[in-house]
Amino acid sequence: MFRGVLWLLAGRGCVGRGLSTRSGGSTPDWTEKVSEIKKKIQSALPGGPWDPLYDTSHLPPEHSDVVIVGGGVLGLSVAYWLKRLEKPRGAIKVLVVDRDHTYSQASTGLSVGGIRQQFSLPENIQLSLFSVDFLRNINEYLAVVDDPPLDVQFNPSGYLLLASEKGAAIMESNVKVQRQEGAKVCLMSPEQLQNKFPWINTDGVALASYGFSMSSSRMQTSSGKEMTLKRIHEVHVKMDHSLEYQPVECALVINAAGAWSGQVAELAGIGKGPPGTLEGTKLPVEPRKRYVYFWHCPEGPGLETPFMADTSGAYFRREGLGHNYLGGCSPTEEEEPDPGNLEVDHDFFQDKVWPHLAHRVPAFQSLKVRSAWAGYYDYNTFDQNGVVGPHPLVVNMYFATGFSGHGLQQAPAVGRAVAELVLEGQFQTINLSSLLFSRFYLGEKVEERNII
Amino acid sequence: RRLSRLSLSSLPPQSLHLVAPIWNLGTSGIRGLSSAVTPEGNQRKGRMLLQFLTDRFYDVEALRGYLFQKQVSKVHKENRSSTGIKKRYGPYIAGAYFVLKQGGAVKFQGKEWIRSTEHGYSPLQLLSFQAVPIEAVDASDCAINYEGLDNLLALKELQSLLLQRCPHVDDWCLSRLHQLASSLQELSLAGCPRISERGLACLHHLQNLRRLDISDLPAVSNPGLTQILVEEMLPRCEVLGAEWARGLKLGPEQQSRDTASPIPA
Repeated sequence: MFRGVLWLLAGRGCVGRGLSTRSGGSTPDWTEKVSEIKKKIQSALPGGPWDPLYDTSHLPPEHSDVVIVGGGVLGLSVAYWLKRLEKPRGAIKVLVVDRDHTYSQASTGLSVGGIRQQFSLPENIQLSLFSVDFLRNINEYLAVVDDPPLDVQFNPSGYLLLASEKGAAIMESNVKVQRQEGAKVCLMSPEQLQNKFPWINTDGVALASYGFSMSSSRMQTSSGKEMTLKRIHEVHVKMDHSLEYQPVECALVINAAGAWSGQVAELAGIGKGPPGTLEGTKLPVEPRKRYVYFWHCPEGPGLETPFMADTSGAYFRREGLGHNYLGGCSPTEEEEPDPGNLEVDHDFFQDKVWPHLAHRVPAFQSLKVRSAWAGYYDYNTFDQNGVVGPHPLVVNMYFATGFSGHGLQQAPAVGRAVAELVLEGQFQTINLSSLLFSRFYLGEKVEERNII
Repeated sequence: RRLSRLSLSSLPPQSLHLVAPIWNLGTSGIRGLSSAVTPEGNQRKGRMLLQFLTDRFYDVEALRGYLFQKQVSKVHKENRSSTGIKKRYGPYIAGAYFVLKQGGAVKFQGKEWIRSTEHGYSPLQLLSFQAVPIEAVDASDCAINYEGLDNLLALKELQSLLLQRCPHVDDWCLSRLHQLASSLQELSLAGCPRISERGLACLHHLQNLRRLDISDLPAVSNPGLTQILVEEMLPRCEVLGAEWARGLKLGPEQQSRDTASPIPA
C-alpha cells in the first residue's frame, strides 16, 4: 500500500513538473487528452476567445450629441459653427461622418470655386456676402496658434455675368435686389464692357453685371388625419472595408451628404408614404454630373480676367499665371449625363462649350484642353435652392444640402445658420425660413433665376 | 478638437477683423514683421518651448488664444473709421487724422508733407486745411487694413499712395482700390508680405496709374512673370519691380550674355 501511494505521488509529480521533460509512452497521451478536452470545452461554451479589453480607438464614440452625415464643406462648416457658437466651451459633442476620407467624389474638391453675389433671391445674396466676409477674415476664424496663416488663394477679380436681350430685364431687377441687400454690383453696357475687357466679343450682349426651425408626439393635419413624429435614436456608422460598425447614439442628425442626401434621407424613412402626403414627400436632391475642363490658350485674356459667365451658360475663369483657364457649361435637361460614374465626355466640350467660348472670346478659337474632370451637383430638382432646417416629421434630422452648384460659396453662412438653428432654435443672423423642407410638401417654389 | 480652439464667446459675432500675423507672443511688433520671417536662434528656442507647452496644457493654449485675439482686436481698433470727424470736418481731415494716427504722412494740395513723428505736429493744425484735398498719402509701415482703407477711399483727389511694408494690406484691400481709379497715379506696394499676384490682378481698373512699385513681394509666386503680366495689363504704367529674369533658368550658352536685356513679352 505504501508502495502504491509512492507510485501515485511519483506519477503525479511527474505530471505536475512538466510533461515535456519526460519522454515515454505515457505522457504524450496525457497532453493530447488535455488539448482534446480543452477543445471540447471551447466548442461547448458560447463566444470566441475572451478578450474584454480590445482597442476601439479606430471606431467612432458610442454617444454623440450631433452626428453630421457628410464631411464636405457644408458638413464641416456646420461642425465648425456648432463648436464656435456653443456657450460653455466643450458643451457639444459633434461627430462628422464621411464615407470617403479621400474625398474623391465629393463636390467640394471638384468644384470650380467661383463665388458670386449676383443671385436673385435675397437670402442667397446674404449667404454669399457673409461667406465672402468669412473668407476674407478666415485667419480670424480658423487660425491656430503656432501654425502659419491660412492662404485660401482667392482671386478677388470679380464675377462678370452677361445677359442677352431677353435676360436684360431680369438682370436689371436682380441687380436692384442685390444692391438692396448690400452687394456691390455694377451694370455695364456693351461699350463699357468692350473698353474694360477688349478681348470680349460683345455681339449679342445687352447688359453685363460685374460685381464683387417642434415637439409634440402627435400632430394633426388640416384634414384631421393624425401623423406620427419620428426620432432618430442611433446612427450606425460602418467602418471602411470591414464588417465592424458602431451604433452612435445621438440627439441630432444633420444631413450634409451633398449629392447623396436623398439616399441618406431615405435611410431615415423620409419619403416612405403615399405620394402627396407629408410622409410621402421625398427630399428632392439628386446627383447631377457636371464637367470641368482645363485648357491652355496662349493668346487668352490676361491677369485681369474675372470669372465670366456667358449668356449661353458657359463660364470660365483664369487659373494661375500661365494663360490657363478652367470652365464648363451646365447641360440642358435633355442632355443630362448619367450620374452613375465620374467619366468625362470630351465631345461635350467640343460641341457645347467651345463654340460659345470661342464666340464670346475670339482668342479662345485656338486652345488646347489639358485635362478635365467631372463632379456632382447636389441638384435640388424642385427649385435649385438649398434645403436648410429640420424635417417636420423626423424631428431630429436637419438638412444642409441641395445647393445645386453654389454650396461651396455659401457654406460658411449656411453652417452658421444651421448651428444657430440647433443651438438657439431660430435663425439669428440670416433668416432662411424660406428654405425649409416644408416647401416641398406645400409646393412653394423658391426659385433662383441665376443658376450657372 | 482643433476647431474648438478659438471659441471665445466674449467676441461679438458681428466683428469681422483682419488678423495680425504675429505668432510669437510679442517678441516682434508690427513694425518688425519682416524680421520675424527668419527667426534667430534664441527666438526659435523660445517659440519651440511655447509650442511644446501649448500642445500639452489647455491653459497655455487658451491664454495664447486670448492674447492672440487681443492683438487682432487691437488692429481693428486702430482701423476704426472716425465717422464723427468725417461728418464734422469732411473726408480730407478725417483721412489725414487717420493716417497721422497710424504713424504715416499726409500731403495736402499745395502744402508740404506732414508727418506724425515730426516735432511740433499737432492735430489742431489740421483744422485749417478743411477744404483742401489730399494729394498724397504715405502709409508705409502702418497697420492699415481692409476696414481702415475706408478712410482713404473717400479721398477722391488722391494721386499718390504709398503702402510699403504694410503687414495687413492684402489682396482684398487691392480689390477695393478701384474706387480711386479716376485720380490715382502712383502706387507703391513694395515689401507688403500678404500681397500676391491675385491681388495685383485687381489693379487693372486703375487706368490712370503711371507708376507702380511691386518690388519685393514675398507672397508672389513668380515675380518675373507677374511683372510681365502686370505690364501687359497696364500698358501706360511704368512698373518697377523684380528683375524679370530672376525666375528664369538660363541655358549654358546664354549664361555668358548680359541678362538685363529685355525680351519682348
